[in-house]
Amino acid sequence: MPKFKPHIRVKNLNLFYEGHHALKDITVDIPEKEITAIIGPSGCGKTTLLKSLNRLIDLVDGIEISGEVIVDGEDIYSTKVDVTYIRKKIGMLGQKPYPLPMSIYDNVAYGPRIHGMRKKKELDGIVEHYLEVAGLWDEVKDRLKSPASMLSAGQQQRLCLARSLAVEPEIILGDEPTSALDPISSKRIEEVFIALKKDYTIVIVTHILRQAVRLADYVIFLYMGDVIEQGPAKEIFENPKEERTKAYIGGEIS
Amino acid sequence: MDRRKIEEDFFKGLMILSTAIIVGILFAIVAVVVLKGAPALSLSMLTQTPKGGYYLGKGGGILNAIIGSLYLAFGATALSLIIALPVAFYLREYASERFANFVRLSLDILWGVPSIVYGAFGFIIMLYFGLRACLLGGIIALTLLILPIMTRAMDEVMRMVAFELREASYGLGSTKLEVVSKVISRQTLPGMLTAVLLAFGRGIGDAASILFTAGYTDYIPHSLFDPVASLPLAVFFQLGTPFPEVQERAYASAVVLLVIILLTSVSSRLLTKRWSRFVIK
Ligand SMILES: Nc1ncnc2c1ncn2[C@@H]1O[C@H](COP(=O)(O)OP(=O)(O)OP(=O)(O)O)[C@@H](O)[C@H]1O
Ligand SMILES: [Mg+2]
Repeated sequence: MPKFKPHIRVKNLNLFYEGHHALKDITVDIPEKEITAIIGPSGCGKTTLLKSLNRLIDLVDGIEISGEVIVDGEDIYSTKVDVTYIRKKIGMLGQKPYPLPMSIYDNVAYGPRIHGMRKKKELDGIVEHYLEVAGLWDEVKDRLKSPASMLSAGQQQRLCLARSLAVEPEIILGDEPTSALDPISSKRIEEVFIALKKDYTIVIVTHILRQAVRLADYVIFLYMGDVIEQGPAKEIFENPKEERTKAYIGGEIS
Repeated sequence: MDRRKIEEDFFKGLMILSTAIIVGILFAIVAVVVLKGAPALSLSMLTQTPKGGYYLGKGGGILNAIIGSLYLAFGATALSLIIALPVAFYLREYASERFANFVRLSLDILWGVPSIVYGAFGFIIMLYFGLRACLLGGIIALTLLILPIMTRAMDEVMRMVAFELREASYGLGSTKLEVVSKVISRQTLPGMLTAVLLAFGRGIGDAASILFTAGYTDYIPHSLFDPVASLPLAVFFQLGTPFPEVQERAYASAVVLLVIILLTSVSSRLLTKRWSRFVIK
Protein backbone atom coordinates (compact mmCIF):
# COMPACT_ATOMS: atom_id res chain seq x y z
CA MET A 1 0.00 0.00 0.00
CA PRO A 2 1.33 3.41 -0.88
CA LYS A 3 2.03 5.86 1.89
CA PHE A 4 0.63 8.78 -0.08
CA LYS A 5 -2.80 9.75 -1.26
CA PRO A 6 -3.10 8.60 -4.86
CA HIS A 7 -4.91 10.88 -7.29
CA ILE A 8 -4.79 8.41 -10.16
CA ARG A 9 -4.82 4.65 -9.66
CA VAL A 10 -4.05 2.54 -12.68
CA LYS A 11 -5.06 -1.07 -12.26
CA ASN A 12 -4.08 -3.89 -14.60
CA LEU A 13 -4.03 -1.69 -17.63
CA ASN A 14 -3.34 -3.55 -20.87
CA LEU A 15 -3.16 -1.90 -24.23
CA PHE A 16 -2.71 -3.36 -27.70
CA TYR A 17 -1.99 -1.48 -30.91
CA GLU A 18 -3.38 -3.85 -33.54
CA GLY A 19 -1.89 -6.84 -31.79
CA HIS A 20 1.24 -5.15 -30.41
CA HIS A 21 1.13 -5.39 -26.65
CA ALA A 22 2.28 -1.86 -25.70
CA LEU A 23 1.23 -1.72 -22.05
CA LYS A 24 1.47 -4.92 -20.05
CA ASP A 25 -0.68 -5.16 -16.99
CA ILE A 26 0.29 -1.76 -15.64
CA THR A 27 -0.59 -1.10 -12.02
CA VAL A 28 0.63 2.22 -10.66
CA ASP A 29 -0.47 4.91 -8.23
CA ILE A 30 0.13 8.55 -8.93
CA PRO A 31 0.36 10.82 -5.89
CA GLU A 32 -1.78 13.91 -5.54
CA LYS A 33 -0.18 17.35 -5.88
CA GLU A 34 3.23 16.02 -6.65
CA ILE A 35 5.26 15.63 -9.80
CA THR A 36 5.46 12.09 -11.12
CA ALA A 37 7.96 11.35 -13.85
CA ILE A 38 7.54 8.43 -16.22
CA ILE A 39 10.95 7.38 -17.48
CA GLY A 40 12.22 4.62 -19.69
CA PRO A 41 13.88 3.93 -23.02
CA SER A 42 12.37 4.97 -26.33
CA GLY A 43 9.39 2.89 -27.38
CA CYS A 44 8.73 1.50 -23.91
CA GLY A 45 5.20 2.91 -23.78
CA LYS A 46 5.58 6.21 -21.91
CA THR A 47 3.45 8.25 -24.32
CA THR A 48 0.92 5.46 -24.54
CA LEU A 49 0.56 5.29 -20.78
CA LEU A 50 0.28 9.06 -20.47
CA LYS A 51 -2.42 9.31 -23.13
CA SER A 52 -4.30 6.50 -21.46
CA LEU A 53 -4.65 8.69 -18.40
CA ASN A 54 -7.00 11.17 -20.08
CA ARG A 55 -8.29 8.95 -22.87
CA LEU A 56 -6.55 10.86 -25.63
CA ILE A 57 -5.50 7.36 -26.64
CA ASP A 58 -9.10 6.92 -27.85
CA LEU A 59 -8.15 8.99 -30.91
CA VAL A 60 -5.86 6.24 -32.15
CA ASP A 61 -7.59 3.73 -34.42
CA GLY A 62 -7.48 0.04 -33.73
CA ILE A 63 -6.47 -0.01 -30.09
CA GLU A 64 -7.71 -2.48 -27.55
CA ILE A 65 -7.64 -1.50 -23.93
CA SER A 66 -8.58 -3.22 -20.69
CA GLY A 67 -8.13 -2.49 -17.02
CA GLU A 68 -9.01 0.53 -14.95
CA VAL A 69 -7.81 4.09 -14.53
CA ILE A 70 -9.41 5.45 -11.41
CA VAL A 71 -9.41 9.18 -10.84
CA ASP A 72 -11.18 10.52 -7.78
CA GLY A 73 -12.76 7.13 -7.25
CA GLU A 74 -14.21 6.88 -10.75
CA ASP A 75 -13.01 4.65 -13.61
CA ILE A 76 -12.47 6.99 -16.55
CA TYR A 77 -13.06 4.09 -18.97
CA SER A 78 -16.47 3.36 -17.53
CA THR A 79 -19.17 3.77 -20.17
CA LYS A 80 -21.06 6.19 -17.94
CA VAL A 81 -18.26 8.72 -18.04
CA ASP A 82 -18.37 11.71 -20.35
CA VAL A 83 -14.98 11.80 -22.02
CA THR A 84 -14.98 15.60 -22.48
CA TYR A 85 -15.37 15.91 -18.73
CA ILE A 86 -12.39 13.62 -18.16
CA ARG A 87 -10.23 15.67 -20.49
CA LYS A 88 -11.31 18.91 -18.89
CA LYS A 89 -10.23 17.52 -15.55
CA ILE A 90 -6.99 16.06 -16.89
CA GLY A 91 -5.14 18.44 -19.19
CA MET A 92 -2.33 17.59 -21.55
CA LEU A 93 0.77 19.37 -22.76
CA GLY A 94 2.22 17.84 -25.88
CA GLN A 95 5.75 17.25 -27.03
CA LYS A 96 5.69 19.93 -29.70
CA PRO A 97 3.75 23.10 -29.00
CA TYR A 98 0.55 23.13 -31.02
CA PRO A 99 -1.36 26.37 -30.52
CA LEU A 100 -4.87 26.53 -31.94
CA PRO A 101 -5.25 28.41 -35.24
CA MET A 102 -6.46 31.62 -33.60
CA SER A 103 -5.20 34.61 -31.66
CA ILE A 104 -3.19 34.40 -28.46
CA TYR A 105 -6.21 35.56 -26.49
CA ASP A 106 -8.57 33.09 -28.15
CA ASN A 107 -6.17 30.23 -27.49
CA VAL A 108 -6.44 30.73 -23.76
CA ALA A 109 -10.12 31.63 -23.87
CA TYR A 110 -10.98 28.58 -26.02
CA GLY A 111 -11.30 26.13 -23.15
CA PRO A 112 -13.33 28.36 -20.82
CA ARG A 113 -15.59 29.28 -23.73
CA ILE A 114 -16.42 25.71 -24.76
CA HIS A 115 -17.08 24.92 -21.14
CA GLY A 116 -19.67 27.64 -20.96
CA MET A 117 -17.91 30.84 -19.96
CA ARG A 118 -19.27 33.73 -22.01
CA LYS A 119 -18.69 36.91 -20.06
CA LYS A 120 -16.06 39.07 -21.70
CA LYS A 121 -14.83 40.57 -18.46
CA GLU A 122 -14.31 37.25 -16.73
CA LEU A 123 -12.64 35.81 -19.81
CA ASP A 124 -10.26 38.76 -19.85
CA GLY A 125 -9.41 38.00 -16.25
CA ILE A 126 -8.89 34.29 -16.91
CA VAL A 127 -6.68 34.95 -19.92
CA GLU A 128 -4.51 37.39 -18.02
CA HIS A 129 -4.27 35.18 -14.97
CA TYR A 130 -3.19 32.01 -16.76
CA LEU A 131 -0.81 33.78 -19.10
CA GLU A 132 0.70 35.20 -15.94
CA VAL A 133 0.95 31.75 -14.35
CA ALA A 134 2.60 30.36 -17.47
CA GLY A 135 5.05 33.25 -17.43
CA LEU A 136 3.99 34.68 -20.76
CA TRP A 137 1.85 37.67 -19.89
CA ASP A 138 4.53 40.35 -20.01
CA GLU A 139 5.70 39.19 -23.42
CA VAL A 140 2.27 39.16 -25.07
CA LYS A 141 0.05 41.60 -23.22
CA ASP A 142 0.30 44.15 -26.03
CA ARG A 143 -0.51 41.73 -28.83
CA LEU A 144 -3.21 39.46 -27.53
CA LYS A 145 -5.05 39.70 -30.83
CA SER A 146 -2.18 38.56 -33.00
CA PRO A 147 -1.94 34.97 -34.25
CA ALA A 148 -0.50 32.44 -31.85
CA SER A 149 1.56 31.06 -34.72
CA MET A 150 3.75 34.17 -34.58
CA LEU A 151 5.18 33.29 -31.18
CA SER A 152 8.48 31.48 -30.75
CA ALA A 153 8.41 27.77 -29.92
CA GLY A 154 9.16 28.43 -26.27
CA GLN A 155 6.43 31.04 -26.06
CA GLN A 156 4.03 28.74 -27.86
CA GLN A 157 4.65 26.00 -25.34
CA ARG A 158 3.95 28.40 -22.47
CA LEU A 159 0.81 29.49 -24.32
CA CYS A 160 -0.24 25.85 -24.58
CA LEU A 161 0.32 25.49 -20.85
CA ALA A 162 -1.78 28.59 -20.14
CA ARG A 163 -4.45 27.19 -22.47
CA SER A 164 -4.50 23.89 -20.57
CA LEU A 165 -4.61 25.59 -17.19
CA ALA A 166 -7.45 27.86 -18.24
CA VAL A 167 -9.91 24.96 -18.33
CA GLU A 168 -9.08 24.44 -14.65
CA PRO A 169 -7.89 20.85 -14.66
CA GLU A 170 -6.87 19.01 -11.53
CA ILE A 171 -4.19 17.00 -13.26
CA ILE A 172 -1.67 18.05 -15.89
CA LEU A 173 0.04 15.56 -18.16
CA GLY A 174 3.17 16.56 -20.05
CA ASP A 175 4.70 14.40 -22.78
CA GLU A 176 8.34 15.47 -22.97
CA PRO A 177 7.05 19.03 -22.76
CA THR A 178 10.48 20.60 -23.11
CA SER A 179 11.98 18.40 -25.78
CA ALA A 180 11.28 20.84 -28.62
CA LEU A 181 12.52 23.85 -26.68
CA ASP A 182 15.79 25.68 -26.15
CA PRO A 183 17.46 25.38 -22.71
CA ILE A 184 16.16 28.71 -21.43
CA SER A 185 12.57 28.00 -22.42
CA SER A 186 12.90 24.51 -20.96
CA LYS A 187 14.04 25.95 -17.69
CA ARG A 188 11.06 28.32 -17.58
CA ILE A 189 8.63 25.46 -18.19
CA GLU A 190 10.32 23.45 -15.44
CA GLU A 191 10.00 26.37 -13.05
CA VAL A 192 6.33 26.75 -13.85
CA PHE A 193 5.78 23.04 -13.21
CA ILE A 194 7.46 23.26 -9.81
CA ALA A 195 5.32 26.26 -8.92
CA LEU A 196 2.18 24.47 -10.09
CA LYS A 197 2.53 21.37 -8.00
CA LYS A 198 1.05 22.94 -4.92
CA ASP A 199 -2.30 23.06 -6.75
CA TYR A 200 -2.05 20.34 -9.36
CA THR A 201 -1.13 16.73 -9.76
CA ILE A 202 1.49 16.61 -12.49
CA VAL A 203 2.67 13.67 -14.56
CA ILE A 204 5.48 14.16 -17.03
CA VAL A 205 7.23 11.89 -19.44
CA THR A 206 10.86 12.70 -19.90
CA HIS A 207 13.86 11.34 -21.70
CA ILE A 208 16.19 13.54 -19.77
CA LEU A 209 17.19 11.84 -16.56
CA ARG A 210 18.52 15.03 -15.05
CA GLN A 211 15.18 16.68 -15.67
CA ALA A 212 13.47 13.85 -13.82
CA VAL A 213 15.93 14.28 -10.96
CA ARG A 214 15.22 18.03 -10.85
CA LEU A 215 11.45 17.78 -11.04
CA ALA A 216 10.14 14.46 -9.85
CA ASP A 217 8.84 13.52 -6.44
CA TYR A 218 7.77 10.12 -7.67
CA VAL A 219 9.13 8.02 -10.50
CA ILE A 220 7.71 5.25 -12.66
CA PHE A 221 10.23 3.27 -14.69
CA LEU A 222 8.79 1.56 -17.74
CA TYR A 223 10.62 -0.98 -19.84
CA MET A 224 9.10 -2.61 -22.93
CA GLY A 225 5.57 -2.04 -21.71
CA ASP A 226 6.20 -3.27 -18.16
CA VAL A 227 6.45 -1.21 -15.01
CA ILE A 228 9.79 -2.32 -13.65
CA GLU A 229 9.89 -0.10 -10.62
CA GLN A 230 7.98 2.77 -9.08
CA GLY A 231 8.54 4.78 -5.97
CA PRO A 232 9.69 8.07 -4.49
CA ALA A 233 12.26 9.76 -6.71
CA LYS A 234 14.96 9.64 -4.09
CA GLU A 235 14.70 5.89 -3.70
CA ILE A 236 14.63 5.19 -7.41
CA PHE A 237 17.56 7.41 -8.24
CA GLU A 238 19.76 6.69 -5.26
CA ASN A 239 18.83 3.18 -4.45
CA PRO A 240 17.10 1.33 -7.29
CA LYS A 241 16.12 -2.22 -6.46
CA GLU A 242 15.82 -3.69 -9.93
CA GLU A 243 18.77 -4.48 -12.15
CA ARG A 244 17.17 -2.86 -15.20
CA THR A 245 16.45 0.35 -13.33
CA LYS A 246 20.08 0.47 -12.26
CA ALA A 247 21.20 -0.12 -15.80
CA TYR A 248 18.92 2.62 -17.16
CA ILE A 249 19.90 5.17 -14.56
CA GLY A 250 23.54 4.24 -15.03
CA GLY A 251 23.13 4.98 -18.72
CA GLU A 252 23.72 1.41 -19.89
CA ILE A 253 20.34 1.11 -21.61
CA SER A 254 18.69 4.03 -23.30
CA MET B 1 30.78 13.02 -69.45
CA ASP B 2 29.62 11.24 -66.38
CA ARG B 3 26.53 9.08 -66.93
CA ARG B 4 24.63 10.43 -63.95
CA LYS B 5 25.13 13.99 -65.16
CA ILE B 6 23.70 13.10 -68.59
CA GLU B 7 20.77 11.36 -66.93
CA GLU B 8 20.13 14.37 -64.76
CA ASP B 9 20.24 16.80 -67.70
CA PHE B 10 18.11 14.58 -69.93
CA PHE B 11 15.27 14.19 -67.43
CA LYS B 12 15.44 17.79 -66.35
CA GLY B 13 15.08 18.72 -70.04
CA LEU B 14 12.03 16.48 -70.35
CA MET B 15 10.42 18.12 -67.32
CA ILE B 16 11.02 21.59 -68.67
CA LEU B 17 9.59 20.58 -72.03
CA SER B 18 6.43 19.21 -70.44
CA THR B 19 5.99 22.31 -68.33
CA ALA B 20 6.47 24.47 -71.42
CA ILE B 21 3.78 22.46 -73.25
CA ILE B 22 1.28 23.03 -70.44
CA VAL B 23 1.94 26.74 -70.17
CA GLY B 24 2.03 27.03 -73.96
CA ILE B 25 -1.37 25.38 -74.34
CA LEU B 26 -2.88 27.76 -71.83
CA PHE B 27 -1.46 30.79 -73.62
CA ALA B 28 -2.51 29.43 -77.03
CA ILE B 29 -6.10 28.99 -75.89
CA VAL B 30 -6.27 32.42 -74.32
CA ALA B 31 -4.61 34.00 -77.37
CA VAL B 32 -6.96 32.38 -79.89
CA VAL B 33 -10.05 33.20 -77.87
CA VAL B 34 -9.01 36.78 -77.21
CA LEU B 35 -7.85 37.46 -80.76
CA LYS B 36 -10.98 36.04 -82.35
CA GLY B 37 -13.30 37.58 -79.79
CA ALA B 38 -11.76 41.03 -79.52
CA PRO B 39 -13.58 42.58 -82.51
CA ALA B 40 -16.94 41.64 -81.02
CA LEU B 41 -16.13 42.79 -77.47
CA SER B 42 -17.94 45.96 -76.60
CA LEU B 43 -19.66 47.58 -73.68
CA SER B 44 -23.08 46.98 -75.16
CA MET B 45 -22.29 43.30 -75.31
CA LEU B 46 -21.80 43.29 -71.54
CA THR B 47 -24.75 45.50 -70.67
CA GLN B 48 -27.54 44.47 -73.03
CA THR B 49 -29.65 41.43 -73.53
CA PRO B 50 -30.02 40.09 -77.09
CA LYS B 51 -32.21 42.23 -79.35
CA GLY B 52 -34.46 40.73 -82.02
CA GLY B 53 -32.33 39.09 -84.69
CA TYR B 54 -29.27 38.91 -82.44
CA TYR B 55 -28.38 35.49 -83.72
CA LEU B 56 -28.54 36.79 -87.27
CA GLY B 57 -25.92 39.40 -86.46
CA LYS B 58 -28.13 42.25 -85.24
CA GLY B 59 -27.63 44.26 -82.02
CA GLY B 60 -27.73 43.44 -78.34
CA GLY B 61 -25.46 41.63 -75.92
CA ILE B 62 -25.08 38.63 -73.68
CA LEU B 63 -26.06 40.17 -70.35
CA ASN B 64 -28.67 37.41 -70.06
CA ALA B 65 -25.94 34.76 -70.23
CA ILE B 66 -23.57 36.59 -67.87
CA ILE B 67 -26.23 37.08 -65.22
CA GLY B 68 -27.59 33.60 -65.86
CA SER B 69 -24.22 31.95 -65.40
CA LEU B 70 -23.58 33.87 -62.20
CA TYR B 71 -27.01 32.89 -60.84
CA LEU B 72 -26.43 29.25 -61.75
CA ALA B 73 -22.89 29.04 -60.45
CA PHE B 74 -23.51 30.96 -57.23
CA GLY B 75 -26.68 29.01 -56.59
CA ALA B 76 -25.01 25.66 -57.15
CA THR B 77 -21.94 26.64 -55.14
CA ALA B 78 -24.07 27.75 -52.20
CA LEU B 79 -26.21 24.63 -52.33
CA SER B 80 -23.12 22.40 -52.60
CA LEU B 81 -21.47 24.17 -49.69
CA ILE B 82 -24.46 23.44 -47.48
CA ILE B 83 -24.15 19.74 -48.27
CA ALA B 84 -20.39 19.35 -48.70
CA LEU B 85 -19.40 20.92 -45.39
CA PRO B 86 -21.30 18.49 -43.15
CA VAL B 87 -20.09 15.56 -45.25
CA ALA B 88 -16.47 16.70 -44.95
CA PHE B 89 -16.90 17.22 -41.20
CA TYR B 90 -18.52 13.82 -40.85
CA LEU B 91 -15.77 12.04 -42.77
CA ARG B 92 -13.09 13.86 -40.76
CA GLU B 93 -14.22 13.27 -37.19
CA TYR B 94 -17.21 10.98 -37.01
CA ALA B 95 -17.21 8.20 -39.61
CA SER B 96 -15.16 5.05 -39.19
CA GLU B 97 -12.17 4.88 -41.49
CA ARG B 98 -13.79 2.03 -43.42
CA PHE B 99 -17.02 3.87 -44.08
CA ALA B 100 -15.18 7.10 -44.84
CA ASN B 101 -13.11 5.31 -47.46
CA PHE B 102 -16.26 3.88 -49.01
CA VAL B 103 -17.75 7.39 -49.24
CA ARG B 104 -14.49 8.71 -50.71
CA LEU B 105 -14.56 6.02 -53.36
CA SER B 106 -18.17 6.91 -54.22
CA LEU B 107 -17.27 10.57 -54.50
CA ASP B 108 -14.32 9.77 -56.74
CA ILE B 109 -16.60 7.81 -59.04
CA LEU B 110 -19.14 10.65 -59.08
CA TRP B 111 -16.31 13.03 -59.88
CA GLY B 112 -15.64 11.04 -63.03
CA VAL B 113 -19.23 10.91 -64.26
CA PRO B 114 -19.63 13.01 -67.44
CA SER B 115 -21.63 16.14 -66.89
CA ILE B 116 -24.19 15.28 -69.58
CA VAL B 117 -25.22 12.37 -67.36
CA TYR B 118 -26.01 14.77 -64.51
CA GLY B 119 -27.95 16.85 -67.01
CA ALA B 120 -29.97 13.86 -68.14
CA PHE B 121 -30.54 12.72 -64.56
CA GLY B 122 -31.64 16.20 -63.51
CA PHE B 123 -33.93 16.37 -66.52
CA ILE B 124 -35.67 13.11 -65.62
CA ILE B 125 -36.23 14.33 -62.07
CA MET B 126 -37.68 17.57 -63.39
CA LEU B 127 -40.03 15.69 -65.68
CA TYR B 128 -41.16 13.70 -62.69
CA PHE B 129 -42.03 16.88 -60.81
CA GLY B 130 -43.54 18.44 -63.90
CA LEU B 131 -40.93 21.22 -64.04
CA ARG B 132 -39.77 22.72 -67.29
CA ALA B 133 -36.20 23.87 -67.83
CA CYS B 134 -35.51 26.62 -65.32
CA LEU B 135 -32.98 28.25 -63.03
CA LEU B 136 -33.78 25.87 -60.19
CA GLY B 137 -33.33 22.83 -62.43
CA GLY B 138 -30.00 24.17 -63.65
CA ILE B 139 -28.83 24.86 -60.14
CA ILE B 140 -29.72 21.34 -59.05
CA ALA B 141 -28.01 19.68 -62.01
CA LEU B 142 -24.91 21.82 -61.51
CA THR B 143 -24.94 21.01 -57.81
CA LEU B 144 -24.90 17.31 -58.66
CA LEU B 145 -21.88 17.97 -60.83
CA ILE B 146 -19.80 20.07 -58.44
CA LEU B 147 -20.82 18.53 -55.13
CA PRO B 148 -18.40 15.57 -55.38
CA ILE B 149 -15.62 17.93 -56.42
CA MET B 150 -16.18 20.28 -53.50
CA THR B 151 -16.67 17.53 -50.94
CA ARG B 152 -13.63 15.56 -51.97
CA ALA B 153 -11.45 18.67 -52.10
CA MET B 154 -12.59 19.68 -48.60
CA ASP B 155 -12.03 16.16 -47.37
CA GLU B 156 -8.45 16.16 -48.64
CA VAL B 157 -7.79 19.53 -47.02
CA MET B 158 -9.15 18.30 -43.71
CA ARG B 159 -7.15 15.10 -43.86
CA MET B 160 -3.98 17.18 -43.89
CA VAL B 161 -4.66 18.57 -40.42
CA ALA B 162 -1.93 17.45 -38.02
CA PHE B 163 -2.94 14.74 -35.58
CA GLU B 164 -1.37 16.80 -32.78
CA LEU B 165 -3.64 19.75 -33.45
CA ARG B 166 -6.72 17.56 -33.13
CA GLU B 167 -5.19 16.00 -30.05
CA ALA B 168 -4.60 19.44 -28.53
CA SER B 169 -8.24 20.37 -29.12
CA TYR B 170 -9.64 17.14 -27.72
CA GLY B 171 -7.24 17.48 -24.81
CA LEU B 172 -9.06 20.62 -23.71
CA GLY B 173 -12.31 18.69 -23.47
CA SER B 174 -13.76 19.60 -26.86
CA THR B 175 -16.57 17.61 -28.39
CA LYS B 176 -16.14 16.38 -31.95
CA LEU B 177 -18.36 19.17 -33.19
CA GLU B 178 -16.21 21.76 -31.45
CA VAL B 179 -13.06 20.24 -32.89
CA VAL B 180 -14.35 20.38 -36.47
CA SER B 181 -16.25 23.63 -36.27
CA LYS B 182 -13.93 25.72 -34.13
CA VAL B 183 -10.46 24.33 -34.73
CA ILE B 184 -10.19 22.26 -37.90
CA SER B 185 -12.38 24.62 -39.90
CA ARG B 186 -10.19 27.57 -38.95
CA GLN B 187 -7.02 25.70 -39.62
CA THR B 188 -8.27 24.68 -43.05
CA LEU B 189 -10.07 27.91 -43.98
CA PRO B 190 -7.74 28.77 -46.87
CA GLY B 191 -7.95 25.25 -48.26
CA MET B 192 -11.72 25.16 -47.85
CA LEU B 193 -11.99 28.39 -49.79
CA THR B 194 -9.91 26.88 -52.56
CA ALA B 195 -12.25 23.88 -52.61
CA VAL B 196 -15.29 26.14 -52.93
CA LEU B 197 -13.76 28.18 -55.73
CA LEU B 198 -12.58 25.08 -57.54
CA ALA B 199 -16.16 23.88 -57.57
CA PHE B 200 -17.42 27.31 -58.59
CA GLY B 201 -14.98 27.43 -61.51
CA ARG B 202 -16.02 23.97 -62.65
CA GLY B 203 -19.68 24.90 -62.33
CA ILE B 204 -19.64 28.16 -64.19
CA GLY B 205 -17.90 26.60 -67.17
CA ASP B 206 -20.07 23.56 -67.64
CA ALA B 207 -22.51 23.35 -70.54
CA ALA B 208 -23.79 19.79 -70.73
CA SER B 209 -25.41 19.57 -67.30
CA ILE B 210 -27.52 22.68 -67.85
CA LEU B 211 -28.39 22.12 -71.49
CA PHE B 212 -31.73 20.46 -70.73
CA THR B 213 -32.19 21.55 -67.15
CA ALA B 214 -31.69 25.31 -67.29
CA GLY B 215 -32.79 25.85 -70.87
CA TYR B 216 -31.91 29.07 -72.64
CA THR B 217 -33.59 32.43 -72.96
CA ASP B 218 -32.89 35.95 -74.12
CA TYR B 219 -34.23 37.33 -70.87
CA ILE B 220 -32.91 37.62 -67.37
CA PRO B 221 -34.85 35.25 -65.11
CA HIS B 222 -37.08 36.74 -62.45
CA SER B 223 -37.73 33.61 -60.47
CA LEU B 224 -36.24 30.20 -59.84
CA PHE B 225 -38.82 28.77 -62.24
CA ASP B 226 -37.86 30.88 -65.26
CA PRO B 227 -35.52 29.44 -67.84
CA VAL B 228 -32.06 30.92 -67.75
CA ALA B 229 -29.23 31.55 -70.21
CA SER B 230 -25.59 30.77 -69.53
CA LEU B 231 -22.20 31.65 -70.96
CA PRO B 232 -21.13 28.15 -72.03
CA LEU B 233 -24.40 27.68 -73.91
CA ALA B 234 -24.12 31.19 -75.36
CA VAL B 235 -20.75 30.15 -76.78
CA PHE B 236 -22.28 26.94 -78.07
CA PHE B 237 -25.28 28.56 -79.78
CA GLN B 238 -23.36 31.45 -81.26
CA LEU B 239 -20.67 29.18 -82.65
CA GLY B 240 -23.43 27.11 -84.21
CA THR B 241 -24.71 29.91 -86.43
CA PRO B 242 -23.45 30.25 -89.98
CA PHE B 243 -22.67 33.96 -89.55
CA PRO B 244 -19.02 34.93 -88.92
CA GLU B 245 -19.96 38.02 -86.88
CA VAL B 246 -22.06 35.89 -84.55
CA GLN B 247 -19.26 33.36 -84.27
CA GLU B 248 -16.98 36.19 -83.19
CA ARG B 249 -19.44 36.88 -80.43
CA ALA B 250 -19.02 33.29 -79.31
CA TYR B 251 -15.33 33.96 -78.75
CA ALA B 252 -16.12 37.24 -77.04
CA SER B 253 -18.46 35.33 -74.69
CA ALA B 254 -15.67 32.87 -74.02
CA VAL B 255 -13.43 35.80 -73.10
CA VAL B 256 -16.02 36.94 -70.57
CA LEU B 257 -16.13 33.44 -69.12
CA LEU B 258 -12.33 33.31 -68.93
CA VAL B 259 -12.22 36.66 -67.19
CA ILE B 260 -14.73 35.51 -64.57
CA ILE B 261 -12.71 32.37 -63.94
CA LEU B 262 -9.50 34.39 -63.77
CA LEU B 263 -11.03 36.81 -61.27
CA THR B 264 -12.17 33.88 -59.15
CA SER B 265 -8.65 32.47 -59.15
CA VAL B 266 -7.00 35.74 -58.30
CA SER B 267 -9.42 36.60 -55.53
CA SER B 268 -8.98 33.11 -54.15
CA ARG B 269 -5.22 33.64 -54.00
CA LEU B 270 -5.63 36.96 -52.24
CA LEU B 271 -8.21 35.71 -49.76
CA THR B 272 -6.20 32.57 -49.06
CA LYS B 273 -3.27 34.69 -48.12
CA ARG B 274 -5.31 36.85 -45.81
CA TRP B 275 -7.08 33.91 -44.21
CA SER B 276 -3.81 32.07 -43.60
CA ARG B 277 -2.81 34.48 -40.87
CA PHE B 278 -3.96 32.27 -38.04
CA VAL B 279 -3.07 28.92 -39.56
CA ILE B 280 -0.62 26.82 -37.55
CA LYS B 281 2.13 25.38 -39.72
N1 LIG C 1 -0.33 4.37 -33.28
C1 LIG C 1 0.43 3.29 -33.06
N2 LIG C 1 0.21 2.17 -33.77
C2 LIG C 1 0.98 1.06 -33.57
N3 LIG C 1 1.95 0.98 -32.66
C3 LIG C 1 2.22 2.07 -31.92
C4 LIG C 1 1.47 3.28 -32.09
N4 LIG C 1 1.96 4.20 -31.21
C5 LIG C 1 2.94 3.59 -30.55
N5 LIG C 1 3.11 2.31 -30.95
C6 LIG C 1 4.08 1.34 -30.42
O1 LIG C 1 3.88 1.19 -29.04
C7 LIG C 1 5.11 1.18 -28.34
C8 LIG C 1 5.13 2.29 -27.31
O2 LIG C 1 5.08 3.54 -27.96
P1 LIG C 1 5.14 4.91 -27.19
O3 LIG C 1 4.96 5.98 -28.17
O4 LIG C 1 4.21 4.86 -26.04
O5 LIG C 1 6.66 4.89 -26.66
P2 LIG C 1 7.44 5.99 -25.86
O6 LIG C 1 7.93 5.34 -24.62
O7 LIG C 1 6.62 7.23 -25.72
O8 LIG C 1 8.67 6.25 -26.84
P3 LIG C 1 9.49 7.60 -27.07
O9 LIG C 1 10.36 7.79 -25.89
O10 LIG C 1 10.30 7.29 -28.30
O11 LIG C 1 8.50 8.70 -27.26
C9 LIG C 1 6.20 1.32 -29.39
O12 LIG C 1 6.70 0.04 -29.64
C10 LIG C 1 5.50 1.85 -30.59
O13 LIG C 1 6.08 1.35 -31.76
MG1 LIG D 1 6.80 9.23 -26.50
